[in-house]
Amino acid sequence: MSDQKIDQYRREFLGKTSAAAATGAIAPGVMLMSVGQAQARPLDEAVSSANRWGLLIDSNKCADGCSDCVKACESENAWGSGSSDEQKSDAAQKAQWIRTVTLKNKLTEKEHQLPMMCQHCEHPPCVDVCPTGASFKRADGIVLVDKHICIGCRYCMMACPYKARSFIHEELNDQAPDVPRGKGTVESCTLCVHKIDRGDGSTACADACQHKAIIFGDLNDPNSEIAQEMKKHATTQIRADLNLNTGVRYRGI
Amino acid sequence: MKPVVHYSAIEGRSLAYWGLLGTFGLLLLLGLGAVWVMEHNGHYVTGMNNHIVWGMPHVFAVFMIIAASGILNVASIASVFGKKMYKPLSRLSALMAFAFLAGGLMVLMLDLGRPDRLVIAATYLNPKSVFAWNILLYPGFFAAVLVYVWFMMEKRMNQYSHQAGLFAFVWRLLLTTGTGSIFGFVIARNGYDAAVLAPMFIIMSFGFGLAIYILSLMATCRWSGRELGDSVVRQLKNLLGVFIAAMFYFVFVFHLTSLYGTENHGFEAFILMDGGIYTQMFWIGWVVIGLLLPLGIVYHPSMSKSRAWIGIASAMVIVGGLASMYVIIIGGQAYPMPIFPGFEVSSSFGDGQVISYAPSIWEIGLGIGGIALALAMTTFAVKVLPFVPDSLSDELMDPHYKAPEPEEAEAEAA
Amino acid sequence: MKQLRNLFISLAMSLILSGTAFAESVGPELKINRANGDECVLPADEMRKDHMKHLDHQRDETMHNGVRTKKFSLKECINCHANKDEKGKYIPVNAPGEFCQSCHTYTSVKLDCFECHATKPRDTAFHPIVTDRMKAFAEQHDAPKTKTMLGDIAAKGGAK
Repeated sequence: MSDQKIDQYRREFLGKTSAAAATGAIAPGVMLMSVGQAQARPLDEAVSSANRWGLLIDSNKCADGCSDCVKACESENAWGSGSSDEQKSDAAQKAQWIRTVTLKNKLTEKEHQLPMMCQHCEHPPCVDVCPTGASFKRADGIVLVDKHICIGCRYCMMACPYKARSFIHEELNDQAPDVPRGKGTVESCTLCVHKIDRGDGSTACADACQHKAIIFGDLNDPNSEIAQEMKKHATTQIRADLNLNTGVRYRGI
Repeated sequence: MKPVVHYSAIEGRSLAYWGLLGTFGLLLLLGLGAVWVMEHNGHYVTGMNNHIVWGMPHVFAVFMIIAASGILNVASIASVFGKKMYKPLSRLSALMAFAFLAGGLMVLMLDLGRPDRLVIAATYLNPKSVFAWNILLYPGFFAAVLVYVWFMMEKRMNQYSHQAGLFAFVWRLLLTTGTGSIFGFVIARNGYDAAVLAPMFIIMSFGFGLAIYILSLMATCRWSGRELGDSVVRQLKNLLGVFIAAMFYFVFVFHLTSLYGTENHGFEAFILMDGGIYTQMFWIGWVVIGLLLPLGIVYHPSMSKSRAWIGIASAMVIVGGLASMYVIIIGGQAYPMPIFPGFEVSSSFGDGQVISYAPSIWEIGLGIGGIALALAMTTFAVKVLPFVPDSLSDELMDPHYKAPEPEEAEAEAA
Repeated sequence: MKQLRNLFISLAMSLILSGTAFAESVGPELKINRANGDECVLPADEMRKDHMKHLDHQRDETMHNGVRTKKFSLKECINCHANKDEKGKYIPVNAPGEFCQSCHTYTSVKLDCFECHATKPRDTAFHPIVTDRMKAFAEQHDAPKTKTMLGDIAAKGGAK
């Protein structure tokens, strides 16, 4: 063979083997990503209302006395026992993003428990009353506080029917890099927005629940687990009478 | 020809004057010191928490803001309703309205978690928020009152003072409605979600404002040696009586209509019977001291003629006003929200419980600082500009004034 | 006249240029961690002038639109610029003498970012999909069952 043809042959050989090797190296990663519950959105793409994130919580599955979801949230978002901060605030002043609520039937005295957090309403009263617009709803349904413009007036805390919001009463130093929080501003459950944006496909509380009482998903996607479950069983909202169309739905209240 | 009323600045050179101004200045400084403690350390030093988010500062601030709009009422009665007797009272009324709004806003703004972000509050406005509307209404009120005072003081603008007064009157109705709506629009809580709160706040503003005005007028005239005739005092006293009666009506209607619905029984029982401090504040502070006792004094045959008693009645209305703010603002937050109607609720976050609140010295200091600011501004302004009439004697003010007969005059002189 | 004009122009130019040269050398000596490379995302004098402009724009995009590009991400700035002490622990960037604080003390501009934002990166060099905190939680609670493969990786360190 001529030199040129040998070079050509070498080039093709090298090209094909390196392509095969690259595919072999990347393929497992690609497969891994595609099996995850949600595709990661490209970093520079804005969120859209095509998705609506929500939770389905089954109180029947929530075990009495268990607070794994609370501990997971504390750990992930660095509040409460998940951080060394808030030592000077008293118990009523310390932040609480998610809590377990025990309900007792007045007639039968039967008790059951459920976790409660920001309900990520479609028509949030906290967003209506915020004077600066710091309390806002993202296009994909997550209700957040923009702490850059929060002035700490606490009107949103007054207005929230679920008492979901907390105010930071002292200086903080031990924040998680993904979860900024600071003195004089208001905060609440972010539906683990930093995890969602990253493509983790779930919230810390949903991941931690051993009893599968919390399901996270896209309410707008008819094929998602949460949508399927909601079609199969009766679900309600807390304070459905207020017509806020919450993103967090419950079974077994 | 009927004598004309003249105005002049008070002398303001006595030790007592400077002592008074100095006292207000000191209280203001202490208030600012309290703000520094709260802002530097964070709100953990206060009694406020995640359940009682608005405390003593808001009690003082809301009281002062609605009182401010009520103080302007006195001037409005002259300019808007054409009652000429009230005209000489207008300038002081407008001044104090300005001062009390300034004091109330100072308290409100300095209690914010991030008061350094006030510029953001003025530039990013959420059109659906009542707070944002108020951020426009309050400066508008300042401007309206300033223009009104200018028109009253400048001779060639006197002819327009009616229009300025009308504008200020309408503006303050919007402002007070806005303040009442801050609470009225909160759907979440049993103690608030009520349309009647807006007109109730308007009526309360009439009462609180007039009580503050009466006390201030009596003090100003007494301490600057200017005559204050019985005619003026009697008319203001009668007006106060009407306003107290109107306030009583609104409180009565609010609770009566609330009691009708069984769903409200829990909250009503809390306020009216077993709420501890809130029940005491309601009955003793608001109803008895704030409404019934002053009403009794104002319509009593002999007490109503005594200035001391009228002053006491006004002071009682003010005390009752602060108590009413405490019951509405703090009582409304202390009672648990009806998140799960029909169930007994408990959690680690105070659900289903009545939350206790103990005000800290810092919050009370801030509130008092706001009142001190308002009174300091008034005390200073009356020395600088002619707000106070030279005389409010019966001869000038009483339309039915008859000069005493010569024998009587001799007998008086003797 | 022409000579005078040229002289004036060259004098003016030299003043201006020396002024800009001055701008680059003005300010304190910054403690920069060169381990991650010698250049910031933009040239140093551009960063000095415009870092807030870029951060402000980025924060609004991230907050409201969920855009999390890394170029002007505050978290990325800290990941690169935070220094470690002798024991190998990260020092907060707003501590005296550290990267952000030294320039801000010099210019007398109060740092507001770190009222809320973390002053230290995570101890890992990159952003793990599953966080250290979740790993720690998983260990504490006996590796609970998770629904996602990613969660399994966190719990057991490998795909099933």
